[in-house]
Formats: sequence, C-alpha cells, structure tokens
Amino acid sequence: MNKSKSRNMAQTMLLLPAVLPVIFFSVAPIGYGLFLAFTNARAGNNLQFEFTGLENFQRLMSDTPFLESLRIGIVWAVSVTLIGLFVSLFFAVLLNGDFPGRSFFRSLAVIPWAIPPVVIALMWLLVYEPTSGLLNAVLTESGAIDKNISWLIQPGFAMPAAILVGVWATIPQTTLVILAALQGVPRELEEAASIDRANVFGVFKVATWPSIKRIVYAIATLDFISAFNNFSIVFILTDGSPGGAIRLPAIFAYQQAFEFGDFGYASAVGVAMILVMSVSIALAFRVIARGGEKAND
Amino acid sequence: MTRKQKKMLFLALRYVLLLMMLVFILSPALWLFSTAFKGQQEILMGVPSFIPEEPTFDNFIAAFTEQSIFRSAGNSLFVSISAAVMTVLLSVPAAYVLARFKGAASKIVLGWAILAQMVPFILIIIPLYLIVIKAGFYNNLLGLILVYTVWSLPYALWMLRNFIMAIPVELEESASMDGASRLQVIRSIIAPLLVPGLVVTTAFAFINSWNEFFFALVLIRDPEIAPLSLLIVRFIGANEGVRLGPLAATALVATIPSVIAFAFLQKRLSGALIGGAVKG
Repeated sequence: MNKSKSRNMAQTMLLLPAVLPVIFFSVAPIGYGLFLAFTNARAGNNLQFEFTGLENFQRLMSDTPFLESLRIGIVWAVSVTLIGLFVSLFFAVLLNGDFPGRSFFRSLAVIPWAIPPVVIALMWLLVYEPTSGLLNAVLTESGAIDKNISWLIQPGFAMPAAILVGVWATIPQTTLVILAALQGVPRELEEAASIDRANVFGVFKVATWPSIKRIVYAIATLDFISAFNNFSIVFILTDGSPGGAIRLPAIFAYQQAFEFGDFGYASAVGVAMILVMSVSIALAFRVIARGGEKAND
Repeated sequence: MTRKQKKMLFLALRYVLLLMMLVFILSPALWLFSTAFKGQQEILMGVPSFIPEEPTFDNFIAAFTEQSIFRSAGNSLFVSISAAVMTVLLSVPAAYVLARFKGAASKIVLGWAILAQMVPFILIIIPLYLIVIKAGFYNNLLGLILVYTVWSLPYALWMLRNFIMAIPVELEESASMDGASRLQVIRSIIAPLLVPGLVVTTAFAFINSWNEFFFALVLIRDPEIAPLSLLIVRFIGANEGVRLGPLAATALVATIPSVIAFAFLQKRLSGALIGGAVKG
C-alpha cells in the first residue's frame, strides 16, 4: 500500500464514527420517509404496505382540512418571517455600534434562545390566559378593554397571538446573525455615504444594506423554513382549545400518523410541505431579483 | 443644535427604543418568573404586577413533592448528558479530518446540516419510530439518546471543525518534525487548545437534547421515563384543574440547566455558527 492510500484509509476511519450514525439514523430514514409517501403504509404490529404511486397526493389535493392547514402554514410562516426579520433588523441596528451598556443589552437580547420551546409556549399561555393572564390584566387596567379576551380561542385573535409568539422566538437568532453581518460592514463605507446623504435611512440604504443583504436573505430563508415546519410551539399553545386550533401542516401530519395511523398519507404531507416550501422560496427570490433589477434601472 | 447635542439625542433615542425592545422580550419571561412565586389567590386575581405581593415557595414545594418532577428531571439530565458526550466523542475525529484535509467532505457535512433542517419532521419521525421499535428501543431512554446524538452530530461537526481550523496547523507540523506521531500530536497539542471548543459544542448538544420534546412525544410512552419537557406538555394537556403556579415553577426549573449551558456558549455562539459563512 502506498502512502497516500494509507492516509486515505486513516481519514476514512476517523470520519466513520460520525458519518455512519448520520447515514443510518438520519439520511436513510429520510429516504425511507420519502418512499413511504408513495405507499399505503399504516401503523401496526407488522408494517405491510403496497406501492400506490401518486394516490396519496391525489387524496391530498381534495382534502379540505389539509389545504386549510397549508394556507394557515403559509400565513403563519410568512408573517413570522417578515415581522421577525423587520424587528430583528431594527434591533440589530440599535445594538450595533459603540455605546455604554452595549454588551448588557446584547446578552439580554438573546435570552429567548436559552429557553426551551416548551417553556416558551407555556410562558405565553400564561400571558394569554383569559382570566389571570398578563395581557388582559394590562389591557383592563389601562381601560383598553372591558371584557377579557380568549386570545388563543377567539377567531381573529388566535392567529395574530400565535404569530407574536413565533416572532418573539425568532428574534434572538435572527438579530445575532444580522448583528454579526453589520459588524462586517466597513466603517469607511458608511462614513463616505453619510457625507452625501443627510439622513440615517439614506446611509443604511446605500452603504449598509448592500453589504448585509445576502446574509439577511439567508437567515430569512432559514427562519421561513423553521416556521413552516414548526410543531412544538403552536402545538402546545393551541392544543386542547376546541374552536381556534391553528393546525399547521406539521401538526396535521402528526395527527394523520400518530392519531389515525396513516403513515403513508402523513409522509405524503411531508413531501407536499417540501414542495410548498421550495416553491415559496423560489418565488421570493424571484421577486427579490426583480426588485433588484428595477432598483438598478 | 450642536453636533454634541445631536449625538446625545441620538443616544437617548437609542436607549428608549432598546428599552422598548427589552420590555417586549423580557416581560413574558418575567411573568413566568413572578407567577412561579405567587400564591394561588394572587394568580387568579390577574393583577398585572411582576412583583408577588406575598412571595412564596409553595409552588416549588407543590411541584417537587410530586415525585414525577424529580424523576423527569433525572431522565432529562441522563439523556442530555449522554447525548452531548456521545455527540462530541463521535465528532472530534471526523471534525479533525474535515478541518485539516480540504475536500468535498466538509461541504457535504455542512450541506447535510442545513438540508436536514429543511426536512419536515414527519418524514424522519415515522421511519425512526419504526427503526426504534424494531431495535427494541421504543419507550426506552436509549432510543432517545441515539436520536438526539444523531440529530446534533452535523452541527457539532461543523462547530468543532471551525474551532480546529482556528488552531494553526504549523503547531502540528513542527511537532511532527520532532518525530511525534499524528496521534501524539493530537493528544498533546490539539486537545488542550480545543478545550473551549469542546465545552461550547458539548453545551450546544446538551441544550439541543434538553429542550427537545417532539421526538420524546413519539418515542416515549410511559410517564416514568418521560423527560421534563414532555412532562410539562402532559401537564398543560391535562388542562382543567391544572394549577398554574406549580406549572410555572416546574417550567422555571426546566429552564435552569438550559440557561447554564447557554451561558457557556453565548459569547462564542454566533462565531461558531456563522463565523465561516460570514467570511466565506
């Protein structure tokens, strides 16, 4: 065996302990999951199934509760992403730069990151709690409402209430990433721009934004994906509320699989979710590219 | 207005806006905190005060006299520590290769870490559920440890790779010229320098497992072996008659290990996760 060959062997041996588990318990299962979407697999002692082609997908196309969950998923994910991005961008700009107390504010800003999603959901349940919650108490005290509102149940309130929680949970990661990007913007660029442009927004637009926009788009894409795939927070927030359940696609799929035992159908929901996400992201980037062209004209 | 006045005005405006943001971020957390120390009566009155009128430990006592919380916290600790240690042990050798030998492997690992995040959980959980049942690990903490380890691995690989890349390769080369073997080099030179990276990655993997509840929801049936996050969800699910005080106290306790682990990695987190991406 020559030297480079034995070196390759050694490298492979070092890689295997990490790579094998990922292949067996992550790559292969996902492949299997994709395959199940084209079968009629059902939960049971012995998993028996037949290949059914696109049957599950035909069923999905006319399944009103599924289509409704897709609609809800898109409204939720787009709102959480855009509002979260706007707030985080604003927050990151405030945190950027040199001012007394900077690191204090920064470390407080990432607090939600350290809190388990289960606790985040519970925390907001306590805030939204109709009789003893913080929100109704504050609004009643200040005279804004005279009757308690069931935030997570009453139609019209449930969705915005859930979106607010989603935004709250997105802020730390998004802010931190944008802040890191802002710190990479050359000082001279902003100073040069501030000579030509009188106001802060002008400087931001011509100097700051072009330097950070790639990272902003990237984090927005990740935020959108994780919001659209969200299960934990919304599941806990709305579970058990009769009228106003916000059934995100992931919750719908979970019910199909583990309440009705329809493994094949639930997997098809997963595949459909990937398609919807991919199309949405592609569309968003097209719109951005168009906007870019116009701005350059 | 002079330049100095203008600067002061800007600073004041910055503080006002930052404070508004912090109120939004902190108030739900503080509300949970204060609820945990309020008496049942005070909770039900719904007074919008963050400071309990008569602070009490009753909720904690009530929560902890229920044996299940101790047990669940123990389950969570066992699972999270095991998964974190396993993750780091498995990923150090691979991370070393990824850091020192340029090749396609690194890109594949990062690509997988991102791609796996995109995949809806349902596509992973059904096959894993079937595998875990087949392997006899259903309703068994070992199954959970396995799943959490695999889940954290790509991120851990990526973080450790970044940390190793920050260690100058010249250090190793000069040592190997002195006749030390590669393994000796790793043990005596890389390992000590890598300690901060190991701490951060362990903390990261620990938090991942400690906070998780979806896999546990599917893979664990018996309340005796439920991790803490699952226990809290079951408490909430039981709905009617749940006393909010003890629930808040339990949630507060469940947050502590996560916050401690977070303190270890907070400063280096953004660097570890996106350091490479920003520069590249």
